[in-house]
Amino acid sequence: MDAAAATLIGSGLAAIGAGMAAIGVGNVFGSFLESALRNPAAADGQQGRLFIGFAAAELLGLLSFLIAILLYLKA
Amino acid sequence: MALAEPAKLDPMHQFAVQPIAHLFDIGGRGVYLTNSAVWMMIAGLLLWIFMLGGMKRQLVPGRWQMAVEGFTGFIASMMTANIGPEGRKYTPYIFSLFMFILFANIVGMIPLGLFGIHPFTATSHFTITGVLAILSFSIVLIVGFWKHKLHFFSLFVPHGTPVWLLPLIPPIEFVSFMVRPFSLGLRLFVAMTAGHVLLEVFSSFIIDSLHAGPVLGVPISLASMALMVGISALELLVAGIQAYVFALLTSLYLNDAVNLH
Repeated sequence: MDAAAATLIGSGLAAIGAGMAAIGVGNVFGSFLESALRNPAAADGQQGRLFIGFAAAELLGLLSFLIAILLYLKA
Repeated sequence: MALAEPAKLDPMHQFAVQPIAHLFDIGGRGVYLTNSAVWMMIAGLLLWIFMLGGMKRQLVPGRWQMAVEGFTGFIASMMTANIGPEGRKYTPYIFSLFMFILFANIVGMIPLGLFGIHPFTATSHFTITGVLAILSFSIVLIVGFWKHKLHFFSLFVPHGTPVWLLPLIPPIEFVSFMVRPFSLGLRLFVAMTAGHVLLEVFSSFIIDSLHAGPVLGVPISLASMALMVGISALELLVAGIQAYVFALLTSLYLNDAVNLH
Protein backbone atom coordinates (compact mmCIF):
# COMPACT_ATOMS: atom_id res chain seq x y z
CA MET A 1 0.00 0.00 0.00
CA ASP A 2 1.43 3.37 -0.95
CA ALA A 3 1.46 6.27 1.47
CA ALA A 4 -1.32 8.26 -0.23
CA ALA A 5 -3.75 5.34 -0.01
CA ALA A 6 -2.89 4.78 3.64
CA THR A 7 -3.45 8.49 4.33
CA LEU A 8 -6.86 8.37 2.69
CA ILE A 9 -7.85 5.27 4.68
CA GLY A 10 -6.68 7.01 7.84
CA SER A 11 -8.74 10.03 6.90
CA GLY A 12 -11.81 7.82 6.52
CA LEU A 13 -11.11 6.15 9.86
CA ALA A 14 -10.81 9.53 11.54
CA ALA A 15 -14.19 10.49 10.14
CA ILE A 16 -15.78 7.67 12.20
CA GLY A 17 -15.23 9.95 15.18
CA ALA A 18 -17.60 12.52 13.67
CA GLY A 19 -20.34 9.88 13.58
CA MET A 20 -19.58 8.91 17.18
CA ALA A 21 -19.94 12.57 18.18
CA ALA A 22 -23.33 12.53 16.45
CA ILE A 23 -24.37 9.79 18.88
CA GLY A 24 -23.07 11.93 21.72
CA VAL A 25 -24.95 15.04 20.61
CA GLY A 26 -28.12 12.98 20.16
CA ASN A 27 -27.62 11.61 23.65
CA VAL A 28 -27.27 15.08 25.15
CA PHE A 29 -30.43 16.45 23.54
CA GLY A 30 -32.35 13.18 23.95
CA SER A 31 -31.65 12.93 27.67
CA PHE A 32 -32.48 16.61 28.10
CA LEU A 33 -35.80 16.24 26.32
CA GLU A 34 -36.64 13.08 28.23
CA SER A 35 -36.14 14.73 31.60
CA ALA A 36 -37.57 18.07 30.43
CA LEU A 37 -40.85 16.35 29.62
CA ARG A 38 -40.90 14.79 33.07
CA ASN A 39 -40.33 18.14 34.78
CA PRO A 40 -41.04 20.97 32.32
CA ALA A 41 -40.83 23.61 35.06
CA ALA A 42 -37.15 22.91 35.65
CA ALA A 43 -36.23 22.64 31.97
CA ASP A 44 -35.64 26.32 31.20
CA GLY A 45 -33.12 26.72 33.99
CA GLN A 46 -30.95 23.94 32.58
CA GLN A 47 -30.60 25.29 29.08
CA GLY A 48 -27.10 26.63 29.74
CA ARG A 49 -25.93 23.21 30.90
CA LEU A 50 -27.61 21.63 27.88
CA PHE A 51 -25.50 23.75 25.56
CA ILE A 52 -22.31 23.14 27.55
CA GLY A 53 -22.87 19.40 27.14
CA PHE A 54 -23.66 19.90 23.48
CA ALA A 55 -20.51 22.00 22.99
CA ALA A 56 -18.31 19.38 24.66
CA ALA A 57 -19.75 16.51 22.61
CA GLU A 58 -19.60 18.52 19.42
CA LEU A 59 -16.02 19.68 19.92
CA LEU A 60 -14.75 16.09 19.94
CA GLY A 61 -16.58 15.35 16.71
CA LEU A 62 -15.24 18.51 15.12
CA LEU A 63 -11.72 17.54 16.17
CA SER A 64 -12.02 14.20 14.41
CA PHE A 65 -13.43 15.98 11.37
CA LEU A 66 -10.42 18.30 11.49
CA ILE A 67 -8.01 15.34 11.58
CA ALA A 68 -9.92 13.71 8.72
CA ILE A 69 -9.79 16.81 6.53
CA LEU A 70 -6.12 17.44 7.32
CA LEU A 71 -5.24 13.88 6.27
CA TYR A 72 -7.47 14.15 3.20
CA LEU A 73 -5.86 17.37 2.02
CA LYS A 74 -2.40 15.91 2.68
CA ALA A 75 -2.98 12.84 0.48
CA MET B 1 -27.23 14.19 -23.66
CA ALA B 2 -23.53 13.69 -24.05
CA LEU B 3 -21.58 12.83 -20.96
CA ALA B 4 -20.09 16.09 -19.78
CA GLU B 5 -16.86 16.47 -17.93
CA PRO B 6 -17.46 15.86 -14.21
CA ALA B 7 -17.57 19.25 -12.57
CA LYS B 8 -14.39 20.18 -10.78
CA LEU B 9 -15.47 20.37 -7.17
CA ASP B 10 -13.12 22.39 -5.01
CA PRO B 11 -14.88 22.92 -1.68
CA MET B 12 -11.81 24.61 -0.18
CA HIS B 13 -11.65 27.40 -2.74
CA GLN B 14 -14.31 29.42 -0.90
CA PHE B 15 -11.96 29.81 2.07
CA ALA B 16 -9.13 31.36 0.05
CA VAL B 17 -8.14 34.77 1.38
CA GLN B 18 -7.67 37.03 -1.64
CA PRO B 19 -6.03 40.44 -1.55
CA ILE B 20 -8.18 43.25 -2.90
CA ALA B 21 -6.05 46.35 -2.45
CA HIS B 22 -2.47 46.94 -1.39
CA LEU B 23 -2.42 49.26 1.62
CA PHE B 24 1.19 49.75 2.76
CA ASP B 25 4.38 47.88 3.57
CA ILE B 26 5.78 46.89 6.94
CA GLY B 27 9.37 45.62 6.96
CA GLY B 28 9.26 44.65 3.29
CA ARG B 29 5.98 42.75 3.64
CA GLY B 30 2.84 44.07 2.02
CA VAL B 31 -0.28 44.68 4.08
CA TYR B 32 -3.36 44.07 1.98
CA LEU B 33 -7.05 44.71 2.25
CA THR B 34 -8.41 41.17 1.82
CA ASN B 35 -11.88 39.80 1.18
CA SER B 36 -11.81 38.52 4.78
CA ALA B 37 -11.27 42.05 6.11
CA VAL B 38 -13.94 43.49 3.80
CA TRP B 39 -16.57 41.00 4.94
CA MET B 40 -15.67 41.52 8.58
CA MET B 41 -16.17 45.25 8.01
CA ILE B 42 -19.51 44.55 6.35
CA ALA B 43 -20.56 42.43 9.34
CA GLY B 44 -19.44 45.22 11.66
CA LEU B 45 -21.30 47.82 9.61
CA LEU B 46 -24.51 45.78 9.60
CA LEU B 47 -24.17 45.28 13.35
CA TRP B 48 -23.69 49.03 13.79
CA ILE B 49 -26.80 49.79 11.71
CA PHE B 50 -28.76 47.15 13.63
CA MET B 51 -27.77 48.62 16.99
CA LEU B 52 -28.30 52.22 15.85
CA GLY B 53 -31.85 51.45 14.78
CA GLY B 54 -32.67 50.00 18.20
CA MET B 55 -31.07 52.55 20.50
CA LYS B 56 -33.84 55.16 20.28
CA ARG B 57 -34.82 54.45 23.91
CA GLN B 58 -38.51 54.91 23.24
CA LEU B 59 -40.79 54.19 26.16
CA VAL B 60 -43.00 52.04 23.97
CA PRO B 61 -40.46 50.16 21.84
CA GLY B 62 -41.08 49.51 18.17
CA ARG B 63 -40.26 46.19 16.51
CA TRP B 64 -36.65 47.08 15.77
CA GLN B 65 -35.99 48.24 19.32
CA MET B 66 -37.66 45.06 20.59
CA ALA B 67 -35.27 42.98 18.49
CA VAL B 68 -32.22 44.79 19.85
CA GLU B 69 -33.53 44.68 23.42
CA GLY B 70 -34.23 40.99 22.99
CA PHE B 71 -30.55 40.37 22.23
CA THR B 72 -29.21 42.64 24.98
CA GLY B 73 -31.63 41.19 27.51
CA PHE B 74 -30.69 37.66 26.47
CA ILE B 75 -26.97 38.25 27.02
CA ALA B 76 -27.54 40.26 30.22
CA SER B 77 -29.66 37.49 31.75
CA MET B 78 -27.08 34.90 30.68
CA MET B 79 -24.38 36.89 32.48
CA THR B 80 -26.41 37.23 35.69
CA ALA B 81 -27.32 33.54 35.61
CA ASN B 82 -23.71 32.38 35.10
CA ILE B 83 -21.66 34.91 37.06
CA GLY B 84 -24.14 36.63 39.36
CA PRO B 85 -24.65 40.38 39.90
CA GLU B 86 -20.93 41.01 39.35
CA GLY B 87 -21.27 39.70 35.83
CA ARG B 88 -23.14 42.73 34.59
CA LYS B 89 -20.00 44.72 33.94
CA TYR B 90 -18.69 42.13 31.47
CA THR B 91 -21.95 42.19 29.50
CA PRO B 92 -20.73 44.73 26.86
CA TYR B 93 -17.76 42.52 25.93
CA ILE B 94 -19.77 39.28 25.74
CA PHE B 95 -22.51 41.09 23.83
CA SER B 96 -20.09 42.48 21.23
CA LEU B 97 -18.47 39.06 20.92
CA PHE B 98 -21.80 37.29 20.46
CA MET B 99 -23.22 39.80 17.99
CA PHE B 100 -20.05 40.02 15.91
CA ILE B 101 -19.73 36.24 15.62
CA LEU B 102 -23.44 35.92 14.84
CA PHE B 103 -23.31 38.60 12.15
CA ALA B 104 -20.06 37.28 10.64
CA ASN B 105 -21.56 33.76 10.53
CA ILE B 106 -24.81 34.88 8.93
CA VAL B 107 -23.20 37.30 6.46
CA GLY B 108 -21.17 34.36 5.14
CA MET B 109 -24.41 32.44 4.55
CA ILE B 110 -26.18 35.09 2.43
CA PRO B 111 -26.59 33.66 -1.09
CA LEU B 112 -25.15 36.69 -2.88
CA GLY B 113 -23.31 34.31 -5.22
CA LEU B 114 -26.37 34.61 -7.48
CA PHE B 115 -25.26 38.17 -8.24
CA GLY B 116 -21.60 37.27 -8.61
CA ILE B 117 -20.60 38.50 -5.14
CA HIS B 118 -19.14 35.76 -2.99
CA PRO B 119 -19.54 36.37 0.73
CA PHE B 120 -16.62 35.26 2.83
CA THR B 121 -17.17 33.70 6.25
CA ALA B 122 -14.53 35.38 8.37
CA THR B 123 -15.23 32.97 11.25
CA SER B 124 -14.16 30.00 9.10
CA HIS B 125 -10.53 30.99 9.68
CA PHE B 126 -8.60 30.06 12.78
CA THR B 127 -6.72 33.37 12.62
CA ILE B 128 -9.99 35.20 13.35
CA THR B 129 -11.57 32.80 15.85
CA GLY B 130 -8.19 32.21 17.50
CA VAL B 131 -7.74 35.94 18.10
CA LEU B 132 -11.26 36.17 19.55
CA ALA B 133 -10.49 33.19 21.81
CA ILE B 134 -7.16 34.69 22.93
CA LEU B 135 -9.01 37.94 23.68
CA SER B 136 -11.49 36.07 25.89
CA PHE B 137 -8.74 34.06 27.54
CA SER B 138 -6.62 37.10 28.32
CA ILE B 139 -9.62 38.91 29.81
CA VAL B 140 -10.16 35.85 32.05
CA LEU B 141 -6.49 35.92 33.10
CA ILE B 142 -6.45 39.69 33.69
CA VAL B 143 -9.70 39.66 35.69
CA GLY B 144 -8.57 36.62 37.68
CA PHE B 145 -5.16 37.99 38.63
CA TRP B 146 -6.55 41.50 39.21
CA LYS B 147 -9.26 40.34 41.60
CA HIS B 148 -7.56 37.47 43.39
CA LYS B 149 -3.83 38.19 42.86
CA LEU B 150 -1.85 34.96 43.28
CA HIS B 151 -4.82 33.35 44.99
CA PHE B 152 -6.14 32.84 41.46
CA PHE B 153 -3.98 29.70 41.29
CA SER B 154 -6.39 28.02 43.72
CA LEU B 155 -8.48 27.55 40.57
CA PHE B 156 -6.34 24.49 39.94
CA VAL B 157 -7.28 22.90 43.28
CA PRO B 158 -11.05 22.38 43.43
CA HIS B 159 -12.74 22.41 46.83
CA GLY B 160 -12.73 19.10 48.64
CA THR B 161 -9.79 17.59 46.79
CA PRO B 162 -8.42 14.72 48.93
CA VAL B 163 -4.80 15.16 49.94
CA TRP B 164 -3.63 12.02 48.16
CA LEU B 165 -5.00 13.43 44.88
CA LEU B 166 -3.07 16.71 45.26
CA PRO B 167 -0.18 15.72 42.96
CA LEU B 168 -2.68 14.56 40.31
CA ILE B 169 -5.55 17.09 40.16
CA PRO B 170 -3.68 20.41 39.67
CA PRO B 171 -1.78 19.28 36.53
CA ILE B 172 -5.03 17.98 35.02
CA GLU B 173 -6.84 21.20 35.89
CA PHE B 174 -3.94 23.20 34.50
CA VAL B 175 -4.03 21.34 31.17
CA SER B 176 -7.80 21.70 30.94
CA PHE B 177 -7.42 25.41 31.69
CA MET B 178 -4.70 26.00 29.10
CA VAL B 179 -6.61 24.08 26.42
CA ARG B 180 -9.60 26.43 26.72
CA PRO B 181 -8.59 29.10 24.17
CA PHE B 182 -7.79 26.40 21.61
CA SER B 183 -11.08 24.56 22.08
CA LEU B 184 -12.95 27.87 22.02
CA GLY B 185 -11.42 29.07 18.75
CA LEU B 186 -11.22 25.64 17.14
CA ARG B 187 -14.91 24.85 17.74
CA LEU B 188 -16.19 27.93 15.92
CA PHE B 189 -13.66 27.64 13.10
CA VAL B 190 -14.22 23.93 12.42
CA ALA B 191 -18.01 24.18 12.72
CA MET B 192 -18.17 26.98 10.17
CA THR B 193 -15.63 25.36 7.82
CA ALA B 194 -17.41 21.99 7.98
CA GLY B 195 -20.77 23.64 7.38
CA HIS B 196 -19.59 25.48 4.31
CA VAL B 197 -17.82 22.43 2.86
CA LEU B 198 -21.09 20.53 3.38
CA LEU B 199 -23.08 23.24 1.59
CA GLU B 200 -20.62 23.25 -1.31
CA VAL B 201 -20.61 19.47 -1.70
CA PHE B 202 -24.40 19.11 -1.47
CA SER B 203 -25.04 22.02 -3.83
CA SER B 204 -22.79 20.34 -6.40
CA PHE B 205 -25.27 17.40 -6.39
CA ILE B 206 -27.95 19.70 -7.82
CA ILE B 207 -25.91 20.49 -10.92
CA ASP B 208 -23.96 17.25 -11.32
CA SER B 209 -27.06 15.07 -11.21
CA LEU B 210 -28.36 16.80 -14.36
CA HIS B 211 -25.62 14.98 -16.30
CA ALA B 212 -27.64 11.78 -15.82
CA GLY B 213 -30.22 12.97 -18.37
CA PRO B 214 -33.69 14.50 -17.90
CA VAL B 215 -35.50 11.34 -16.73
CA LEU B 216 -33.11 10.37 -13.96
CA GLY B 217 -31.37 13.69 -13.40
CA VAL B 218 -34.21 16.16 -12.89
CA PRO B 219 -35.91 14.31 -9.97
CA ILE B 220 -32.57 13.80 -8.28
CA SER B 221 -31.67 17.43 -8.85
CA LEU B 222 -34.98 18.61 -7.38
CA ALA B 223 -34.58 16.30 -4.38
CA SER B 224 -31.05 17.65 -3.85
CA MET B 225 -32.44 21.17 -4.03
CA ALA B 226 -34.98 20.35 -1.30
CA LEU B 227 -32.20 18.80 0.79
CA MET B 228 -30.10 21.92 0.22
CA VAL B 229 -32.86 24.17 1.58
CA GLY B 230 -33.00 22.02 4.72
CA ILE B 231 -29.22 22.01 5.11
CA SER B 232 -29.16 25.80 4.74
CA ALA B 233 -31.73 26.09 7.54
CA LEU B 234 -29.55 23.79 9.64
CA GLU B 235 -26.52 25.95 8.92
CA LEU B 236 -28.40 29.06 10.06
CA LEU B 237 -29.17 27.20 13.29
CA VAL B 238 -25.48 26.26 13.65
CA ALA B 239 -24.47 29.89 13.03
CA GLY B 240 -26.68 30.93 15.96
CA ILE B 241 -25.69 28.05 18.25
CA GLN B 242 -21.96 28.52 17.68
CA ALA B 243 -22.19 32.24 18.48
CA TYR B 244 -24.19 31.37 21.61
CA VAL B 245 -21.79 28.62 22.68
CA PHE B 246 -18.80 30.95 22.24
CA ALA B 247 -20.47 33.61 24.41
CA LEU B 248 -21.70 31.03 26.96
CA LEU B 249 -18.29 29.40 27.40
CA THR B 250 -16.58 32.80 27.67
CA SER B 251 -19.04 33.77 30.41
CA LEU B 252 -18.39 30.46 32.23
CA TYR B 253 -14.62 31.01 32.06
CA LEU B 254 -15.16 34.55 33.36
CA ASN B 255 -17.19 33.05 36.20
CA ASP B 256 -14.15 30.95 37.17
CA ALA B 257 -12.05 34.11 37.22
CA VAL B 258 -14.56 36.22 39.16
CA ASN B 259 -15.79 33.69 41.72
CA LEU B 260 -13.05 31.01 41.61
CA HIS B 261 -14.77 27.69 42.34
